[in-house]
Amino acid sequence: MSEATATSAKTKGKLAIYWAASCGGCEISILAIDEKILDVGNAFDIVMFPCGADGKVRDVEQMPDGAIDVCLFNGGIRTSEQEYMAQLMRRKSKVLVAFGSCASEGCIPGLGNMSDRKQIFDTVYKEGSSTYPVNPKDERPQAETKMPEGTLHLPIFYDTLKTLDQTVDVDYYLPGCPPEAENIWKAIVAILEGKLPPKGSTIGVNTTVCDECKRTRHEKKIKKFHRTWQIIPNEEECLLEQGLLCCGLATRAGCGSLCPQVNSPCIGCHGPNDGVEDFGARLMSAMASVIDSNDPEEIDGIIKDGIPDPVGTFYRFSLAKSLLRRKNKAAIAN
Amino acid sequence: MAEKVGVYVCHCGSNIAGMVDVEAVAKWAGANVKNVAISKDYKFMCSSLGQQMIEDDIKKEGLTRIVVAACSPHLHEKTFRRACQNAGLNPYLCQLTNVREHVSWVAKDKAAATEKVKSLVSAAVARVTHQEPLEKMFVKVNPRTLVIGGGIAGLQATLELADAGYPVTLIEREPSIGGHMAQFDKTFPTLDCSACILTPKMSEVGQHENVTLHTYAELEEVSGSVGNFKVKIRLKAKMVDAEKCTGCGICIEKCPKKVLDTVFEAGMGNRKAIYTPFPQAVPRIPVIDTENCTYFTQGKCKVCAKVCPTEAVDYEQKDEIIEIEVGNIIMATGWKLFDCERIPQYQYKRLDNVYTNMEFERLCNAAGPTNGKIVMRDGKTEPKSIAIIHCVGSRDANFNPYCSGVCCMAALKFGHLVLEKTNAEVYSFYIDMRAPMKDYEEFYQRLLTEGMHFVRGKVAEVNNAARNEREGGKLIVQYEDTLLGKQKRMPFDMVILMGAIEPQADAKELGLKCGISCSMAGWYTERHPKLDPVATMTDGIFVAGACQGPKDIPASVAQGAAAAARVAGMITKGTVMIEPIVASIDEEGCSGCKICNTMCPYNAIEFDEEKSVSRVITALCKGCGTCVAACPAGVITGAHFNNRQIYSEIEGILWDAQPAEVASG
Repeated sequence: MSEATATSAKTKGKLAIYWAASCGGCEISILAIDEKILDVGNAFDIVMFPCGADGKVRDVEQMPDGAIDVCLFNGGIRTSEQEYMAQLMRRKSKVLVAFGSCASEGCIPGLGNMSDRKQIFDTVYKEGSSTYPVNPKDERPQAETKMPEGTLHLPIFYDTLKTLDQTVDVDYYLPGCPPEAENIWKAIVAILEGKLPPKGSTIGVNTTVCDECKRTRHEKKIKKFHRTWQIIPNEEECLLEQGLLCCGLATRAGCGSLCPQVNSPCIGCHGPNDGVEDFGARLMSAMASVIDSNDPEEIDGIIKDGIPDPVGTFYRFSLAKSLLRRKNKAAIAN
Repeated sequence: MAEKVGVYVCHCGSNIAGMVDVEAVAKWAGANVKNVAISKDYKFMCSSLGQQMIEDDIKKEGLTRIVVAACSPHLHEKTFRRACQNAGLNPYLCQLTNVREHVSWVAKDKAAATEKVKSLVSAAVARVTHQEPLEKMFVKVNPRTLVIGGGIAGLQATLELADAGYPVTLIEREPSIGGHMAQFDKTFPTLDCSACILTPKMSEVGQHENVTLHTYAELEEVSGSVGNFKVKIRLKAKMVDAEKCTGCGICIEKCPKKVLDTVFEAGMGNRKAIYTPFPQAVPRIPVIDTENCTYFTQGKCKVCAKVCPTEAVDYEQKDEIIEIEVGNIIMATGWKLFDCERIPQYQYKRLDNVYTNMEFERLCNAAGPTNGKIVMRDGKTEPKSIAIIHCVGSRDANFNPYCSGVCCMAALKFGHLVLEKTNAEVYSFYIDMRAPMKDYEEFYQRLLTEGMHFVRGKVAEVNNAARNEREGGKLIVQYEDTLLGKQKRMPFDMVILMGAIEPQADAKELGLKCGISCSMAGWYTERHPKLDPVATMTDGIFVAGACQGPKDIPASVAQGAAAAARVAGMITKGTVMIEPIVASIDEEGCSGCKICNTMCPYNAIEFDEEKSVSRVITALCKGCGTCVAACPAGVITGAHFNNRQIYSEIEGILWDAQPAEVASG
């Protein structure tokens, strides 16, 4: 595969950049490689890039399978249309990269897995303060609507957001929310040079943010977790030791410890190291290890006061990719 | 290459086969479970024929992995690992899955039990194919042993080892060794003088060239593991310089402050503020009780310093923490007496002449506060009648369900001493007379002939509410005579409560420091109640005497000697095998976050400041998995319990489960 990529690079390969359930930040980050985007343009024909260039789905549909050399796919899969596009891009691409946190782990849209379609639609179309007067009949989007002129179609909105690899086979992962421009460039160079790791790898380093963090570390013993607005941490010592729930120790490095560098705890956007099945569980067991108490009641207090939103804290980026993937649907109905 | 797995399902006589269709399981595994090359069932897999079958199959059929579905790995994991090793297969490529304790003994439905065994076999096969060959490791055993507790069990253990030529450090929290036995006058059933047989052992320990004795010392912290423990000991400030003190005792004589002695004299007598617990104390160096010393409480006095001929008194002395290295630890921390005030109907401490058994021990001790004269609290009146109440806090659902084991005999001993020393009538109120050991029943028969009275029944209460003249000024014992089937009352001058033997108040805490567990009651848990009574689940930590459960002197001595023999065996061998099931850290992935370092209960993780990575010291690692779970980067692997092995085990268990519909529209 690497040889094929290299050869096609010489003969100007085909690149697609697609988005599904995501915010668009990944596209901004791609453009943030600055003038190097021209090198990308020299190396590839960009055949599909809804945010930045023209390109039609039907054109892609008409390409032979495997005609696209590389597809950078960002966003999770929430609707039938996104699912179709994931399958289409998979079929048409030699190399499919889950680009960024949403495609890899579900990211913030994945936190929607704490609710279901009904609850999300209730919030959007019924309970939202802006929707009530507009939608007095409580209309909901329908997959099919018969009109005199014919039938209208909307994508089906699923209960559960899936990651790209829960939908189709994925070749590589690029971590980050969004991936940093320099890491994107490194990945593109690796693709162009055919120096890719084994299939299924995350393109990046396999150590955690602490490795790149310059703060001094001692024994970790935490009596109280603070939220970021409650304290101004000093700039020398480990943020976790100062009581801020910094995810850096469980989060894949490669960002250069961006957040801790500016006195803000790591929130875990790069996901876990290789071999870790469940980022949140891993981080939780690490946190459980540093709470400085043997008294169950005191421990409960430390957790309740300091971590009011455990799912949003430990699974901020990775709920859809976690072992449980979502909150039990029956529990939501009740 | 696919693995060739041999599956062996044990009948365990009818233990497993009675509840599980073992033949069906074996057939099913052979036909349906991936990688299974051979699947058999057999009457007793642990028999030599069963083991031979495994060995033969490995050699003939070229099996590369073995699964035995039988009993708990506690019992036979070693057996089957050894069989594999004999046949040239790495022993860690064998998996024993427990289908007896976990299935047949607890199941009630044969069909369901059989299905469960299928799942467990499937899990074991899935796991074993991912197991990796591991090599056993050996570490040197430090020949020094720490003995905790200077009672008779600890003394025996100390002497056995010291006499064998091995160095021993003995620590005792009181100012002298001797323990409870030093408080007794006579011992049952032989009635020999307790001090006469104990003090020679005490002085031997005190003078032994191989014994380092620290009294007034307590265990602070234990780290390391079998063969190489590091122990921190707190030497409490004695306020007397042991180097200078000659033990002349003049300071004790001149000390103006008398203190009620609630420890050695059980509250029956006084000691001074500077004291040794008793005249034959070992060592003879006194300590100052700073809570009661006039100088420490009021800032003046210093009589002891003034009279000391060697200027040994040092009021500035502070607690000192010393660190020693030992190969093994013997816990002989003993017991404490039940608090008889917890049973208010017996009126202990409310009615003067109600005594505890330990108080009475001191009362009849020739070296005790009354020089052995059995008199009442007024210090002069000899009692004319004495009631001994058995099972106070023992065999009682409200306090301790267990039998304290020694009280019946001690009560008989008291009866004998009363009859020997006074003209009193003595009554024993017992539930059952427990006399199972050598010469105990004979002792009971002897007391029957000596004229001690026995009433079978539990005493309901002791009071002083006289109903007639005969009861006036007496203690009235209200009881049920179960042999007569009648409620009765009887007046006495004196009542002795045979309080229960209980675990030390800090037994659990001390157990935690050493990494051993306690029963619900607080007795240390032995490795096996019958076959391994002095070892614990933590290698290198042994228990002896009453800290493991109520015991008389002979049993405590036997356990002390047994523990010493176990330790001596390890020292003689020189090395100890440690399981290769240890953690390892991928240094490339380690970010040096320092979560794991302080988590390790065995202090087995060091931090390399230069490379900023953590590293496991293999010889100290016990493979507990704490760091594996704690490592946020997921770069610590527990050998024999890696993710792949555990996930495949789970997948194996769920062999018949349907994939969950997680993300349907």
